[in-house]
Formats: sequence, structure tokens, C-alpha cells
Amino acid sequence: MSSRTENYSGNLIEFHDVSYHINDIPGREVISGASLSVPVGETVILLGRSGSGKTTLLRLINAMLLPSRGQVLVQGRATMEWDPIRLRRGIGYVIQEAGLFPHFTVAENVALVPSLENWERGRTEARVGELLRLVGLDPGEFAGRKPRELSGGQRQRVGVARALAADPPILLMDEPFGALDPVTRAELQREFCTLARRLGKTIVFVTHDLREALMLASRIVLLEAGRIVAIAPPHEFLQLEHVEVRAFAASLETGPGAAA
Amino acid sequence: MSAGLGDWSFFMEHRAEILGATLDHVELVLISMLMALFIAVPLGMLIVQRPAFRAVSIGIANVFQTIPSLALFGFLIPIPFIGGIGKRAAIVALVLYALLPILRNTYVGLSGVDPAVLEAAEAMGMTPWQIMLRVRFPLALSIILAGIRTATVLTIGIATIGAAIGAGGLGTFIFRGVALVSDSLILAGAIPAALLALIADFFLGLLERRLRVA
Repeated sequence: MSSRTENYSGNLIEFHDVSYHINDIPGREVISGASLSVPVGETVILLGRSGSGKTTLLRLINAMLLPSRGQVLVQGRATMEWDPIRLRRGIGYVIQEAGLFPHFTVAENVALVPSLENWERGRTEARVGELLRLVGLDPGEFAGRKPRELSGGQRQRVGVARALAADPPILLMDEPFGALDPVTRAELQREFCTLARRLGKTIVFVTHDLREALMLASRIVLLEAGRIVAIAPPHEFLQLEHVEVRAFAASLETGPGAAA
Repeated sequence: MSAGLGDWSFFMEHRAEILGATLDHVELVLISMLMALFIAVPLGMLIVQRPAFRAVSIGIANVFQTIPSLALFGFLIPIPFIGGIGKRAAIVALVLYALLPILRNTYVGLSGVDPAVLEAAEAMGMTPWQIMLRVRFPLALSIILAGIRTATVLTIGIATIGAAIGAGGLGTFIFRGVALVSDSLILAGAIPAALLALIADFFLGLLERRLRVA
């Protein structure tokens, strides 16, 4: 999949008038009429309150959910038509609390997708070392540890390394830094920012923290009650007149870390 | 009913016979437990994947557990192939008893895995089968083992009743002792059975703690 996308020039991800409702009960829509294009290399932040549908939108990309109406295209192909397993192996996924496998070592966690893809051992080991260094963990010290022997920040670093293992062109991140203390969070945000630029990944990132959105985004997509109500690059976002934008802007003034 | 010197000499005199019955008993329990495992663990995996079967399977296993053991052995006597007199019918009854603790713990263990871990597994492109064998099962192992431990201790006790339908084992002494009003005979069956249960409980408990993750 990655070899195919290196030459891929269009939008990596496209939402065409997508709606999603649970158990096909119309009227109870979690997402209504969402359209969005994510070109290669962009970092799109899905911003919104709890329950605004941002995680649902994210899960529609890797076919954890399928749209009730409309289409989600990944690399030009509808998620309904993808083999979900193949699709997901080409999309990195990072969640809050990392979701690391507690019975696997750090190295085994990072090597998950390579092992599913039957990489040979030498290649996997080299890749694990490379990734741990990339996320700032010394392989000699950390490779053999279990997740419970790590701090929250370290676990999240391993989560990022695991998502990058097979070099997927797309990275989905669901409040990855949400459970961290403010200092560690700021550290990881800074490092992540640099890393994302360097690797040229296309990233869709969910958060409810406007500060985080302004820092990481190339574009901010604001959701309210399942609808996309604003799309703007960070420097224009705060100028928008929409009520929900103003509400989020007001949260900035209530002090640092208030949105956590 | 005190275990006096008379009992001890009785033990010594009949030690070969007691040892033989103990081995028969262990054989009965081992075979039943293995069969129960091969049914209950895969069934537990199935009902985690297909919740529709859950209520039915656990309900049926529950019903077997509520039948008084002596009655269950009795019910099996007239049934062809699986029933009758002897070891086979006893094994069938013991398997039915052992099913519930194993099935229940397998289900609880497999379905109790941290949702974040399962979400990550699914999002990484693991198939449902891979998630079952490489994520759910290893994380549930200590809970499954706790069920096996309960079932084993239970089976060791109930297996003594198997003697009532001619399955042999330590129950033979107990039934004979009851009939002859002989404490020595009853103890010759009860003490080794209790020891077996304690030993099994201890070692399975050890294993259970070793397999616990996090």
C-alpha cells in the first residue's frame, strides 16, 4: 500500500456528503452531511466538544464504521469496497492511553503490524530500533519492558511508534495526548509537530483542545452536533464569526490547560 | 467419628487398594476435565464473538449445575451410548458439572479485556480470529484458569459419587463405609479425596498467579 501511495497525488481521504447513524435509525444521526478532502501531507484537526462526532468521523476513515449515506474514499477508493484488514494495515492509529497490549513487550507492541505482515525478523528488529529512537526512547533500555513499566508519556510514545511501524501514509490520532499531564503533553506535542513535518504523513487528529489544534493543524475542522460547521487554517480560524468558534475561542481565555 | 489409631492401621493395611482407587479417581477427574476444557473454552470463544448464543449456552450449563449430582448420575443410567453403568456415564456427568465454571470464566475473561486494547487491535488490522488468539485469550488466561481450578476441585468431590454407578475411584470406600457403618472405610475414601482437592487447588492457584498479566 505504501508504495502505491508514494506516487499518489490527489486527496488521500475524501468524505462525500457522509451521514452516519447508529443501527440505521434515521433522525439519530451522529454525523450529518459531512464533506471534506484531506490532501497528502496535511495535518487536519477535528475539533469539537464531547459527543460532537469527531471520533465517529475518524473511525469512518479506517472502516471501523461504515457510512449510512454518502461515501468515504481512501486513496480514491470507497471504504465499503476496501478489504477492511488491508485498509487498516496501511493506516496508523493512535488512541488515548495508547491501548498498548499489556502482555507484549514494548518491542513486540511496536512490531505488531510487521508481524501481522510476516516481515522477516532482521527487518522487523531493525525497524523497531529505528522507531523507538525516532520517538525518543532508547531501544536498549525500553525494548524489553512491559507497558506497565512505562510512564504515561512513554506509553504514548510507544503508541506512536507502533502506529508508524509499517510506514503507513495515513495516521489517525484520537486525543492521543489527552490523558497526559500538561508538561508531558506540551513536550509530546512539540516533538510530534516536528516529527509529523519530517515524515510527511497525512494526519487526521481528534481533539477538544483548541490550543492543541492551533499548534498542530494545517487545517482545523470544527464539528458541532455531527455537522462540520467551520473549516479554516489555524491563523484564520480565530477570526471566524461562527458561534461555536467563538465558544472555543472563549475557552482559550479561561487559562492554560483549561480545555483538558 | 475420630481418626484414631485403628484408622491409621487400617490405612496401612489397605494402602495398595487405596492407592489404586486414588489413581482411578485421578484418571476419572483428568479425563473429565480435559473433555470439559475442549468443550467449554472454544464455546466461550464462540459466545464472545456471537452474543446470540450466550444466554442459551450459559443457561444450559447452569441447568446441569442445578441438578443434584446423585440424580444426574441416576438419570444417565438408562441413556444409551453415553449413559449406563461404569466409567463412561460418570465421565459424562462430571463433564456436565465442570462445564459451567470453565465456560463462565472463559466468557468473563475474554469479554473483560480493556476496550482500548481491543480497539487498537482492530484498528491495526488484526482479524477477529487474531484478536481472539493473540490478544483476548492470553489476557484472559488467568481468569480462565481460575475457572478450571474451581471446576477441578468440584469434580474431585463429585467424582466420589461416581462409585454409585460403578465408576470406581475413592467413592467406592465411602459407599462401602456408609453401608457397613465403618468410619475407617469412609475416611479411607474421604481423606485422599480431600488431599487431592487441596493439592490440585494449590498448584492450579500457583499457575493462575504466574499467568496473571499486569
